[in-house]
Amino acid sequence: MTTMTDPPKASFQLSMLIYDTRYRSYTFQFIALVLLMLLLGYLGANLVNNLAAQGQNISFGFLSSPANYDINQRPIEYDSQSSHLRAAMVGVLNTLIVAVLGCATATVFGVTAGVLRLSPNWLVRKLMAFYVEIFRNIPVLIWILIIFTVMTAVLPSPNQFRGDGADASMFMDAFAFTNRGVYVPAPVWGPGSLVVVLTFLASIIGVFAYRRYATKLLYDTGRLLPMGWPSLVILFVPTILIYFVLGQPISLNYPALKGFNFDGGLHIRGSLIALWFALAIYTGAFIAENVRAGIQAVSKGQTEAAASLGLRPNRIMNLVILPQALRVIIPPLISQYLNLTKNSSLAIAVGYMDVTGTLGGITLNQTGRAIECVLLLMLFYLTISLAISAIMNVYNNSIKLKER
Amino acid sequence: MGRDQLAFVRKHMLPEAPPPATQTGAVKWLRENLFSSPGNALLTIVSAYVVFQIIVSTAPWFINGVWESPSLTACREILEGKMGGCFAVLTERWNQLLFGFKYPSELYWRPGLAFLLLFIAAAPVLFGKVFPRKMLIFTGLYPFIAYWLIWGGSLLVPVFALLGVLVGAFVYSRMVTVNAGIAVIVAFVAALVFWILSGYVTAPMENVMAIEAVASRDMGGFMINLMLGVVCVSLSLPLGILLALGRQSSMPIIKWICVVFIEFIRGVPLITLLFVANVVLAYFLPPGTNFDLILRVIIMITMFSSAYIAEVIRGGLAALPRGQYEAADSLGLDYAQAMQLIILPQALKISIPGIVNVAVGLFKDTTLVSVISMFDIVGMIRGPILASSEWNGVYWELFGFACVLFFITCYGISQYSQWLERQLRTDHR
Amino acid sequence: MKKTVFLGALTVAGLAAGASAAATLDDVKARGKLNCGVTTGLVGFAAPDANGVWEGFDVAICRAVAAAVLGDGNAVEFVPTTGKTRFTALASGEIDLLARNTTWTYSRDTDLKFDFVGVNYYDGQGFLVPKSLGVSSAKELDGATVCIQTGTTTELNLADFFRANNISYEPVPIETNAEGQQQYLAGACDTYTTDASGLASTRAAFENPTDHVILPEIISKEPLGPLVRHGDNDWGDIVRWTFYALVAAEEMGITSANIGELSAAAGANPEINRILGTEGELGAMIGLDNEWAKRAIAVGGNYGEIFEKNIGEKTPIGLARGLNAQWTQGGIMYAPPFR
Repeated sequence: MTTMTDPPKASFQLSMLIYDTRYRSYTFQFIALVLLMLLLGYLGANLVNNLAAQGQNISFGFLSSPANYDINQRPIEYDSQSSHLRAAMVGVLNTLIVAVLGCATATVFGVTAGVLRLSPNWLVRKLMAFYVEIFRNIPVLIWILIIFTVMTAVLPSPNQFRGDGADASMFMDAFAFTNRGVYVPAPVWGPGSLVVVLTFLASIIGVFAYRRYATKLLYDTGRLLPMGWPSLVILFVPTILIYFVLGQPISLNYPALKGFNFDGGLHIRGSLIALWFALAIYTGAFIAENVRAGIQAVSKGQTEAAASLGLRPNRIMNLVILPQALRVIIPPLISQYLNLTKNSSLAIAVGYMDVTGTLGGITLNQTGRAIECVLLLMLFYLTISLAISAIMNVYNNSIKLKER
Repeated sequence: MGRDQLAFVRKHMLPEAPPPATQTGAVKWLRENLFSSPGNALLTIVSAYVVFQIIVSTAPWFINGVWESPSLTACREILEGKMGGCFAVLTERWNQLLFGFKYPSELYWRPGLAFLLLFIAAAPVLFGKVFPRKMLIFTGLYPFIAYWLIWGGSLLVPVFALLGVLVGAFVYSRMVTVNAGIAVIVAFVAALVFWILSGYVTAPMENVMAIEAVASRDMGGFMINLMLGVVCVSLSLPLGILLALGRQSSMPIIKWICVVFIEFIRGVPLITLLFVANVVLAYFLPPGTNFDLILRVIIMITMFSSAYIAEVIRGGLAALPRGQYEAADSLGLDYAQAMQLIILPQALKISIPGIVNVAVGLFKDTTLVSVISMFDIVGMIRGPILASSEWNGVYWELFGFACVLFFITCYGISQYSQWLERQLRTDHR
Repeated sequence: MKKTVFLGALTVAGLAAGASAAATLDDVKARGKLNCGVTTGLVGFAAPDANGVWEGFDVAICRAVAAAVLGDGNAVEFVPTTGKTRFTALASGEIDLLARNTTWTYSRDTDLKFDFVGVNYYDGQGFLVPKSLGVSSAKELDGATVCIQTGTTTELNLADFFRANNISYEPVPIETNAEGQQQYLAGACDTYTTDASGLASTRAAFENPTDHVILPEIISKEPLGPLVRHGDNDWGDIVRWTFYALVAAEEMGITSANIGELSAAAGANPEINRILGTEGELGAMIGLDNEWAKRAIAVGGNYGEIFEKNIGEKTPIGLARGLNAQWTQGGIMYAPPFR
């Protein structure tokens, strides 16, 4: 029997590189690597040749030279003498602004529509289905352009607010809807406003602490404390008290017509609104579908089991359905956020100065550094995507069913 | 109380009464679906009011619509201050919206025919059970026919392209017994060699069996969106399968090449890839070659969608029970056979709804090419039509038209996908 | 040409024969078409008419070059470019010639490696405002919202102008002239700024052009001209001298009406004879035949005729000759001698 256990030791032959599964994978990988190297080398050589032929080079020196152009929406200090790098930073921040606003709004739209799609009310259900289908099946670029057109072509220009018999008037004397954007009152932070803000933040922590305490009490003693109104009291009463005690340090600056434009207040530009709402409504339609699918994914038995335990309908939703549905909803939700962030690059169609508009737009045009600009642009989006994917992975791992 | 004190005792059964009016027919339906609770009733009333307002405010726009007028000013004169749409812009410029402003108008029938043939070609793929399998031959020929119809030129070019594919397929079938991977490479090389050689044949015979050639620069309108969508999705399917298999591969180098490619493409917005096509790609090609923009865009969009399709198919592969892989191995099938006969048919079937979703998304994304100064339907609207002095200011009619086109197409495809999903679900029961 | 053959069979979408850096002339001749970059649409300078035929002042330069090189003023493939894509299109060889009211600047000539072959329109940046705004000078525009086409020199001039005058403004970046027009008309910006010629052209397309005025300030020098890739000097010479042939033709009194007569036989004026090829061998010096300039002039007339037909005072655009008049007429259009 011992002779049978020793396999014959074959000497290595060249043909084994193809026919022997032990070596074949090495052959393939080697070939793939060589092909990849050849391809990259070919592209690289072409790049070098082309650049040499046109007498150009790859250099990022232009980033530190003055940008020489102005940007309308500046979250950070910027003027035409700032560097291209700073212009790119302004763009990055503008991208993040519209992405965050868009994601928040899209979630609100999406969750509302998704829940209402399962409503017992036939009309509401159909309306929501209509919303979802209409927005999902028409390109987001068209939505952006449509909302932008609404902003510029339908709303009145600031000029129409002028005079006594003006065609347009401000809403509650505080909000002006013009075709250059919406002007809303802006808070003015007087001395002591920091205290108010800190109080408010502390109140938020207080609410959480109270809820934790209430839950603990419920589990320990079975006594159920009311959750709703005490939370509201904790949230608002101290802040309001401090606000008046300190003599109203935070006031509002109302927009008013001055010169060519409205002055004062917060100016939310038409391009931002168009991009923000178009992205939010469009992505919201997708989120609605995710939410609906997530809720439907929880089997009916769960609802029935919870009901047979004597839970009331809203508690069934909060304690049984939602926690299970969220497990299904959140991963696609995050990838929708990612899509929204990437779609925000369509800002260029309405002249919103996001990073595609500054770095990939004006800077690229004015310096002619196409390769460098596009490379940086891609790197930026790639970083964001990878960061969000990383967060998603962590989350997915944390909610993974702990199975024995 | 004794029995005799009762005044009346019914001695026989009453006939069944009909249910109360509130529990039948329309009333019951209304009660259950619209007014089941005070909150619901409120919701119903509010939404009914909103719908009513929308209908009332937009109806005159449609009813008073002007369908014939040479320009916006003329149209406004016809309307005499009434509210109404100037749909005349569509009757005047429909050809530009559909075909772009330079496609020769006497040749509109060619892309039109190609579009109709698309349905015949797609039918056996989409509804495999209804249509005979033989129609798949036409599906295989369709790309070459469509190319010839749309671009024109010598018939020899698509014929030789087709022959090249056949040569490749022949070589593959001969080599596959040796080793599938090698067979793919050799077949590809064989096809390539054939194409290069045939280039010498077709180039001097430009006018053999030729119909009028149309440069791709002359194409535009919705045609471009459809072309890009169809071409890129069909090209990215095989690429996506390869990438998905590569990503699942046990060979680390191949796996990492695929992972990096997929994650990179998925991490950047399509618009940056279009920028690459538009302004950067030329730097990476040998000096002197110059693809036209459509081709560059097709390359980039295909790369883009293949990464997404790869992820969908990877999901399908992962969803297959491990037993299927092991069963294939235990039958002694090699990798290519196992994939071809056991794994991919099942995995692709699971992935079809996902693939259709990617296809719809991609089709919508083709509008992005308007940003790089291509005149697709959005580009036509924003560029030549809105810029013309006749139609400066006609937004809603034009955007509405584009919306309708996209909605019909995308809604149709997604309905198909849902139908298919239901079909597939019943199969498993 | 091997590469073309190879890829021609490979590619599904067809392939334009490439223009290599060295011999644009050969490529153009081999292709039988001139690829000419123009704007996506600026009435008077370059815009497709209702039938898709390109017309305009810049288009005429393309047609003249095509006529000179290929003998057919219609052998032009017009490639619409935006402010963003124009330079890449030229650098990558997608187009042989860019005639897209592009300002000749130092960095474009040197850093971007292009050659401007001349100036076909001396322009400057101006402001268009509605009359109702009651503004008479650009310096009164403090706090105004300004629509501005991105990717152009005007964007930089604007920033410089407002900074120099220490007044503030709100830029609204737009991609194409058409959008600028829409935004301006809707009142989304108080003023629209671009080259004065572009403003005139834009204003001409308005329903009520008289409701709008172009402010007197011209805040920059904008010498607009056709340009080619740096490095192919032979091709640059052809475009340059085709353009100057048009300018010289006006000076010499060669028009599309009398060109047949003048070129029939050598006349009294030796320079006219040289331009029209009835005397000397000028064509051979740039690699063309002797009738190149005759064809170039015949296709759309001389510089003055092109100007009058597309953007002159009789057209809706209504631009005066101004600086663009011949040097003999008080302008600065001055063709070097043909000799």
